[in-house]
Amino acid sequence: MPTHENNPLIEVSELTKRFDDVIAVDGIGFTVGKGELFGFLGPNGAGKTTTINILTGLARPDSGAIRISGLDISRNPKAAQHLIGIVPDESNLYPELTGFDNLCFCASLYGVQKSEGIVRAKELLEQFDLKEAAHRKFAGYSKGMKRKLTIAAGIIHHPEILFLDEPTTGIDVASARQIRHLIAELQRAGTTVFLTTHYIEEAERLCERIAFLVKGQIVRVDSVANLLQPIQERKAMLISFLNGGSDLCDKLAVTFPDYEFQTISFEQVRVESADIINIGPLIRFIEEQGTQVTEARRLKPSLEEVFVRITGIELNSVGREKEKAKGS
Amino acid sequence: MKQWIAFWSIVRKDMQAYYLKPPNISWGLIFPVAWTGMFFIKSGSGLESILTLLPGVIAISILFGTTSMLAVTVTFEKNNRSFERLLLAPISLELLMLAKTGGAILFGVVNAFVPIIFALFLTDLSQVVWITVLPAIVLIAISSTFLGLLIAVSVNEVFEAQTFSNFFRFPMIFLCGLFFPITSIPTLLRPLSYLFPLTYGVDILHGAIHGKNIMSLPLNFAIIAGFCIILFYVSIRNIHRKWIL
Repeated sequence: MPTHENNPLIEVSELTKRFDDVIAVDGIGFTVGKGELFGFLGPNGAGKTTTINILTGLARPDSGAIRISGLDISRNPKAAQHLIGIVPDESNLYPELTGFDNLCFCASLYGVQKSEGIVRAKELLEQFDLKEAAHRKFAGYSKGMKRKLTIAAGIIHHPEILFLDEPTTGIDVASARQIRHLIAELQRAGTTVFLTTHYIEEAERLCERIAFLVKGQIVRVDSVANLLQPIQERKAMLISFLNGGSDLCDKLAVTFPDYEFQTISFEQVRVESADIINIGPLIRFIEEQGTQVTEARRLKPSLEEVFVRITGIELNSVGREKEKAKGS
Repeated sequence: MKQWIAFWSIVRKDMQAYYLKPPNISWGLIFPVAWTGMFFIKSGSGLESILTLLPGVIAISILFGTTSMLAVTVTFEKNNRSFERLLLAPISLELLMLAKTGGAILFGVVNAFVPIIFALFLTDLSQVVWITVLPAIVLIAISSTFLGLLIAVSVNEVFEAQTFSNFFRFPMIFLCGLFFPITSIPTLLRPLSYLFPLTYGVDILHGAIHGKNIMSLPLNFAIIAGFCIILFYVSIRNIHRKWIL
């Protein structure tokens, strides 16, 4: 695993932002190395978008220091803005322009010459599988196509750093997969990527390091491997059954004191242990209580578990609420 | 150089996306014609009244052309968040807003020539001092556009922009000396006339077209230019304060 910390491209320290009485960002600090894919993970309202807005010059911090490639963005945001590309959480290109015209326009905003912008726009439309829709108006694009074109617009000027705010929220599975593939490709090509998401699997799959943000504060920053290490050493299983009583978990805890039990629902129990879990006696005991075991499976350690352990927040349920809100 | 590429691109995009659309072109043509016709019929006089009506019709064409579009387009882009894209571009806010207003200013100047072209066919314009009329048209277009900008950055919704624009525009028709001199306005209301940049622009046009200005032309030019600077910087300050949180 490469380490980028000795060559930071983004340096943030003691960053604070308030909106009236609400502290949106509360004294956070972190660095992102050159070429790194850094994940910023937290539930809705944690302060992810506010942080991106400050880092890109769209909002002013109340206090703290931010350096982008050595440039102080809080004092002179315009000096650093040519180094960064931004993909906001909502596709915000011009509905009345075609995909091709949108890309050419975005290139010109960064001072790219017309002829160069045309070549680059064609290249990106091809790469993002949007060539067929190049001359259709952006307003007529599907959500997935809009996201892809917005990402293409974010990298049209070859930025050193790309800020991606919830890039796969609200789009179909195939488009989300394609976007993840494109993000990974960008990083391989040397772009530093700052990714905010509430999809924990996405962060786990893509990012090298992750910061957990809760209520405006970073509760942990580490590499994915380091975050997963404590739970990798423990064994976990999920047992599903029919008609389990409310006291089944307590009975299991008394009978099997070496294991930890957690009731997931009336029909599911999670078993955890530092040693190998001997499943046979557990199934027999559950069935002796008059229930029928339908499934017992080993749980792979996941970042979601780490997040829940550290923050006590079920991130996916928050994510689903956000999806519903966007859909309504 | 790079900033100017962005500048011209924004002006071109706005012209293409907003100003050169058929509804706006027809608005730009129909509106001045309707106003000219209305005041021509109301005055009951012959073709000789065209010269006295022309300054007001030019001014009203510029005022409605610029404020209608700019207040709506900036608010629309702010609401669909495409304006953020401009704020995030490495271009100074002053140059960005000049680019955003550039299209409206050009649209206003073009609108001004619609009644002039009609007048060319109906009356003799040989005594018009064009060297004074042209900068006056440009300054009226700039000040009206910046007024539209101020409105756009003061509201949140497109309908608010339209309502707020009308709150200024319709009183301006009667208070700025467009179709009757400000000296005939009731004394109590007259101070209001001097609060609008259009008063000074129209006075220049009256002087240059039929030689009946109230204030001196250099003073009019200085005051309307001052209004342009103030309106622009207040708008920039409001953008900093309201949109870059």
